[in-house]
Amino acid sequence: MTDSRPVLTMTGISKSFPGVRALHNVDFRLFPGEVHALMGENGAGKSTLIKVLTGVYGIDEGTITLGEEQVAFNGPMQASAAGVSTVYQEVNLCPNLSVAENIFIGREPRRFGAVRWGEVRRRARQLLARLDLDIDVTAPVASYSLAVQQMVAIARAIDVQARVLILDEPTSSLDAGEVEQLFRIMRQLRDEGIAILFVTHFLDQVYGMADRITVLRNGTLVGEYPTAELPQLALVEKMIGKELDVLEGIEEHSRRDLAALEGGTPFMEVSQLGRKGAVAPFSLTIHAGEVVGLAGLLGSGRTEVARLFFGADRADRGEVAVSGKPGGLRNPVQAIERGIGFCSENRRAEGIIPDLTVRENMILAMQASRGWLRPIPRRRQDELVEQYIKALSIRPANPDVPVRNLSGGNQQKVLLARWLITEPRLLILDEPTRGIDVGAKAEIQKLVVQLSDGGMAVLFISAELEEVLRLSHKVAVMRDREMVAQLNNDDTVNADRVMQTIASGSQREEADK
Amino acid sequence: MTTTSLTTGPSWARLPRRHVPVLVTLALLLVMYGIGVSQYRAFSNIQVIFNVFIDNGFLLVVAVGMTFVILTGGIDLSVGSVVAMTAMVSAWLLQSGLPALVVLVIALLIGPTLGFLMGCAIHFFDLQPFIVTLAGMFFARGMCTFISDASIPITDGFWTTMSQYRIGDPRGNFVSISVLIAFAVVLVAAYVLSYTRLGRNVYAIGGNPQSALLMGLPVARTRIAVYTISGLCSAIGGILLSFYTLSGAPLIAVGMELDVIAAVVIGGTVLTGGSGYIFGTVLGVLVLGVIQTLITFDGSLNSWWTKIVIGGLLFAFILFQRLIGIRYK
Repeated sequence: MTDSRPVLTMTGISKSFPGVRALHNVDFRLFPGEVHALMGENGAGKSTLIKVLTGVYGIDEGTITLGEEQVAFNGPMQASAAGVSTVYQEVNLCPNLSVAENIFIGREPRRFGAVRWGEVRRRARQLLARLDLDIDVTAPVASYSLAVQQMVAIARAIDVQARVLILDEPTSSLDAGEVEQLFRIMRQLRDEGIAILFVTHFLDQVYGMADRITVLRNGTLVGEYPTAELPQLALVEKMIGKELDVLEGIEEHSRRDLAALEGGTPFMEVSQLGRKGAVAPFSLTIHAGEVVGLAGLLGSGRTEVARLFFGADRADRGEVAVSGKPGGLRNPVQAIERGIGFCSENRRAEGIIPDLTVRENMILAMQASRGWLRPIPRRRQDELVEQYIKALSIRPANPDVPVRNLSGGNQQKVLLARWLITEPRLLILDEPTRGIDVGAKAEIQKLVVQLSDGGMAVLFISAELEEVLRLSHKVAVMRDREMVAQLNNDDTVNADRVMQTIASGSQREEADK
Repeated sequence: MTTTSLTTGPSWARLPRRHVPVLVTLALLLVMYGIGVSQYRAFSNIQVIFNVFIDNGFLLVVAVGMTFVILTGGIDLSVGSVVAMTAMVSAWLLQSGLPALVVLVIALLIGPTLGFLMGCAIHFFDLQPFIVTLAGMFFARGMCTFISDASIPITDGFWTTMSQYRIGDPRGNFVSISVLIAFAVVLVAAYVLSYTRLGRNVYAIGGNPQSALLMGLPVARTRIAVYTISGLCSAIGGILLSFYTLSGAPLIAVGMELDVIAAVVIGGTVLTGGSGYIFGTVLGVLVLGVIQTLITFDGSLNSWWTKIVIGGLLFAFILFQRLIGIRYK
């Protein structure tokens, strides 16, 4: 495939934002009929490169050539008209409109200016059949799962005789089966000659799908490699720019002595806690210094458990005791008062306030727990913020940049810092590493180990089993909104066994009855 | 792999959800009409319904414009003042001796122009629609009193004809020309919203403006267009009002924007945008009209009871919308 001419060439691309140099002299090529992975840490410039390509941002320097012509799109519409379509990480569809309309809006078939609805539906069905998707095209898009919405977005993207299809982290909210379905479609489109630019943080997916890899780091190009010639470890090194032994370091730390911890006083004990329609009653004890992992598939009730622990949802049955003192958690304020912190899964909607600066976002929870009448002195703020920017290596290391200008991984670190500043005794982390790169992931994992060594209890939720097993002393397994097992993370526990538990729902050790 | 079916939930539970608010409004209207018919013998006369349209034709037209704005998730507080200003300018220009046709054209241009400017301010400077249209409201109201602080009567032949001409059946039931104009506006608006790209873009922006932008829809043009359309509808409403009252008064239609918003919301359009129908707005206006009629028929009740009932209904409806969960965001 590399013997043909590239369908897309980007040369010498530079782009700056106030206070941040996002891209510097980056080259990128894309050939027809290939899947090309764009790799890099958070903040490496992947998203910026895509937005520059599709005309969301203008470029400061450099040229873009599509086919034989030099192009400079003024927006996504023009780009997609020229055959460059994008499907973003967060599905960008209109939830109130029907599936069919979401596929065709902006280019509906018309007669005398009137939209031909019959034709719209017919062609939508046809297009979705090509993707092997059999759904009611007249139903609002919001009534389908994220995975289906993702497919609808792809259907929209390929309808315009796309030559280049950009998939920006399409898999980050899909479960394994849905990912496989997406890959099948990607292979099919690739074989039809479409060039696919694929951004993801899952290395397995890169090696499963991509023909070539381009690596960016800190806004500059590291290189372009055929996937077969770049071993996984070498890729990670190129992304991070240093030898990666952090992960191995953590491995040694794990599987620590649970008995010693369980001898101590429990920090939080819940018994038969449940909420109708959210999660079946469960009992769980977390000790100081203990990391409890919560494993399970998407939608198995992991987040619901976390929300009950934080009082974000009110339990309708069961009992809670914090530090030996009984009493329900009625709302997050009570939870914060008792030393519980919660990093939500949905950092954009429920955590980060994009228009506030890094400093303001960080001190938010601490200020809230002090009450608004006792402002934190500016000097103290600066100290704290500087400390955590350094500790979590947040980039750019400038406390006065609005958080919206930071990459996803760095936003996540700011959110972590917000809770760490309050020095909680139990920190609930809901998917803290989702959608962030290997380097940041390793840093966050290392941090969890450090925190628990320092005596903090952690409830760690992640879709990645490896990660849960690496960090946790105890793994609670969720299945169909029920806690089906609690496994002590000793030598007998591995990913296979947890997987089996999820699949079979057996080994009910502490589940009800 | 074979064909995959990933539907969620039974189809009966999903499909009608969009229509539920409109159906509830329709049921409410029928119940109120039923009460009227059972309590007062004269209520069953068809002319009662015609009168509701005659008395509220201008409100209906303005509510149609407001529906466009609210569907995008915006709001237009200037409509009442623009109605008054249009009537005022018409009366003033007619008094000064300009021919009716010229007056009509000028009067119909003022509203959309103001709407266009407000739309530009809202879109390009990223300002809150509430505050921009509040400014527009004060401006237009101020212009009314600038023209004259007293009411100006209209004696022009065309205006009096439009005011007094009755289209009726042999039994004496009739509607005014204004009602036909209002119907025409409703039909055109319903067509635009369901069958044109402009209309569909309005829904898309109300659903998720960020997505609409990334899907490459002309967000700027559409947003400015809805405020222009609302301005045009207010201008038409102002003309209809001047047909109805045969005068231009600086303090007429004060607070009308709130009645209009109430009618649109009771008609099932969600204030956050993206969901609602013109047909619902027609029902919403009828609900307001029938309440007024019921209170007039009763005779013993103070007319302020209209406001109390509307307040209660509005509250019930927004609660209801929240409960059936029309919240896509």
